[in-house]
Amino acid sequence: MNLALPVLVPVLPALGAAATLSVGRKAPGLARPLAIVPVAVSGVLALVVALQLGTGQSLDAATRLTPTGGPDIGLALHLDGYSSLISVLVGLVATCVQVYSTAYLKKDPRYPSYAALVSLFTAAMFLVVYSGDLIVLLVGWEVMGICSYFLIGHHWETEDARSASLKAFLVTKLGDVPFLFGIFLLGADAGSFRITDVLAAATDGRLGHPTLIALLLLAGVAGKSAQFPLHTWLPDAMAGPTPVSALIHAATMVAAGIYLVARLLPVFLLSGAALVVLAVMAAVTMIGSAVCALAQDDLKRVLAYSTVGQLGYMAGALASGDREAAVFHLVSHGAFKALLFLAAGVVIHAAHTNSISAMSRIPGLRKRVPDAYWTMGIGLVALVGLPPFSGFFSKEAVLTAAEHAADGEALTNGLGPSSAVPEAAGWIVLVSAALTALLTAAYAARLFLVAFHSPTGAAAKAPEVVPAPDAASVVADHEAGAPYSPELDEADPASPEPPAMRWPLWVLAVPTMGFGIAGVRSDWLPALLDGGSLRPSAVTAVIGTGLAVIGLLAAYGAWRSATSRQSTGRATVPGQAGAPVADVVVADPGRTLLGPLFGPARRGFGVDRLYHVLFVRPVTAAAGLVRFLDREVVETYVRGTGVGANLLGRAVRLAQTGNAQTYLSALLAGVVLLAVLVAV
Amino acid sequence: MHLAYPVVLAALLFGVGVYGVLARRNAVLVLMSVELMLNAVNLDLVAFDTWLHDSLHAGQALTLFTITLAAAEIGLGLAIVLLLFRARGTADIDRATALGDPAEPLAEEAPAGAEALKGQAAA
Repeated sequence: MNLALPVLVPVLPALGAAATLSVGRKAPGLARPLAIVPVAVSGVLALVVALQLGTGQSLDAATRLTPTGGPDIGLALHLDGYSSLISVLVGLVATCVQVYSTAYLKKDPRYPSYAALVSLFTAAMFLVVYSGDLIVLLVGWEVMGICSYFLIGHHWETEDARSASLKAFLVTKLGDVPFLFGIFLLGADAGSFRITDVLAAATDGRLGHPTLIALLLLAGVAGKSAQFPLHTWLPDAMAGPTPVSALIHAATMVAAGIYLVARLLPVFLLSGAALVVLAVMAAVTMIGSAVCALAQDDLKRVLAYSTVGQLGYMAGALASGDREAAVFHLVSHGAFKALLFLAAGVVIHAAHTNSISAMSRIPGLRKRVPDAYWTMGIGLVALVGLPPFSGFFSKEAVLTAAEHAADGEALTNGLGPSSAVPEAAGWIVLVSAALTALLTAAYAARLFLVAFHSPTGAAAKAPEVVPAPDAASVVADHEAGAPYSPELDEADPASPEPPAMRWPLWVLAVPTMGFGIAGVRSDWLPALLDGGSLRPSAVTAVIGTGLAVIGLLAAYGAWRSATSRQSTGRATVPGQAGAPVADVVVADPGRTLLGPLFGPARRGFGVDRLYHVLFVRPVTAAAGLVRFLDREVVETYVRGTGVGANLLGRAVRLAQTGNAQTYLSALLAGVVLLAVLVAV
Repeated sequence: MHLAYPVVLAALLFGVGVYGVLARRNAVLVLMSVELMLNAVNLDLVAFDTWLHDSLHAGQALTLFTITLAAAEIGLGLAIVLLLFRARGTADIDRATALGDPAEPLAEEAPAGAEALKGQAAA
């Protein structure tokens, strides 16, 4: 196969980024084509490469980049079914996001730099996906980190965006440091940074410290893929523009961690302990984030927590030793979560607020954004995992993998013995995934019902003249005390969204609805991957779907009772008497379902506050100490030298009287002294 | 003749010269005291030249040299004294202290501005 095509895939968006950045300011008309075309072309090229490669093939090419003391660093390319599949997903989502951004950020003066960063980010993700060398992969990994930092901080005028971008950067870097050491250790043990060599070494059992390596790598994965305990950056990252959330924080960057584990799964299979750690991490992440999502008031934060939870599913599939299921869920989740975020962007532009309780008070919201209403519904059904949408098949694949692992016959598809996966890991994943399916259905239903179907909003017909509330009052409209990531948006809520914001939704809705079918027959998607089975098994399908339906019904019932309580005018839950007015007005099924858990869940169970006490405050105190040492101790010495020189100068001036005879006397005394010293 | 006589004489002359240089106020007398010191050295040079029986008579040659030097020096010195007298109306050496650096209280150099700059840098 011609090597130029796969090389062009990461290079084109990078060149596009450079071009957008250099000419964007001078020729604003060129910025949009320069943003869209390279990304779209490399998306097409990724598809072409995938088609040329075909199923069951892999391609490796490498050239030595630099010799080092130890293993060489090479510019290596590794293409197989996994990289093909994910690169096509990245190309599709990135193109949709670029097109969508042209309309979403139409009036933004910093659009060129934004588009350039999105392009650069896409290039970095392609690099991660295609790289056959761990060091080169790390380069892409870090470029994504820095692009994410800049994009979250796009609205740097706001305090939230600034602190969120810093938080995202620091938390992911906190994971990246152990990750770097894990790569070094892996390279040192395997004698090479090439992924193929590393995997060969892992298969031959030549790795000396598999558990240590796996745990170090897991720290980086937890940071990048927002797994507990490093998940806290993702909900706050919603302060960035919505397309960025769609691209980075749902479909691609957070998937990089999962992709890496999938690539290096044979290494992880060497260590049962690491798999159990991964399973526990995934379980805590899944359940915790689903409960948090049920209590959030900010539309984007609900989606963010749901992303965290779905990434937990993928991590759980990996912990069960089935990377096919993980990547299957990754791709289907990438499509439907990007769709959900883009639809959320349309809704946010129309409603001029992120708060679902505020949306519920806007009359006729769903009639104003019919495309977003329908596509969001499709995305949420996929998220819940109802057949025949893609989320059903991929979630069932995860559940099936966990079930097999729990039975001690993990679907490792020849990457390692089935016994390599501890049954405990399978059980942990299975139970938590089932529970999360229930919670996911509940929060998806709550989101949809509260945002679009509240009695106040639904009763009114779509008004001819949309009331244009001034931005300040709407922003202040969200429920008091709820974490909120406001976004500056200049769009006029009265005008309908442009086509560039509408058709990417439907483009993404196609895979959301149809992609799941690809896993049914073993010669379709599984042939591209490891050749295992992705067909849902009957037991888990019934359990999973049943739980999802129960969750939906519970949320609906709670919503109905809350709505009727509200309409009869009674106070809501006892103990909420002192709550702000907004809390009482909105019928929130989450409050009924979660009961006393609601408050903690809304604040993310205080993990942020805990980290604040554990890490932020000591660091601030240390910074205070350093400041004290600098200003009071070091600076005292500096100032002391000045004062000392001054005093010395004053003393010397005393001797300079101008009387030549005094000088001569001193001279004579000196001569005599020297003479005496020499003589004696 | 024993060496001690000229050497002691030279030492006395030199001592008188030093006293004159350090203690006399009149600049002309200070110059004369310098001459005394130079001549004490000349005396020493000649005495040691004879005492050491130097065939090249380096001491005597150096003495001639010193005498020439002293002549030039006194010429310059008297000229300076003359100018000083013309300018100041006095030849008192302890009143010609214009080149001295009288000790005056040091001005504290603008600490407020410096502090402000530091504050900016710290912030």
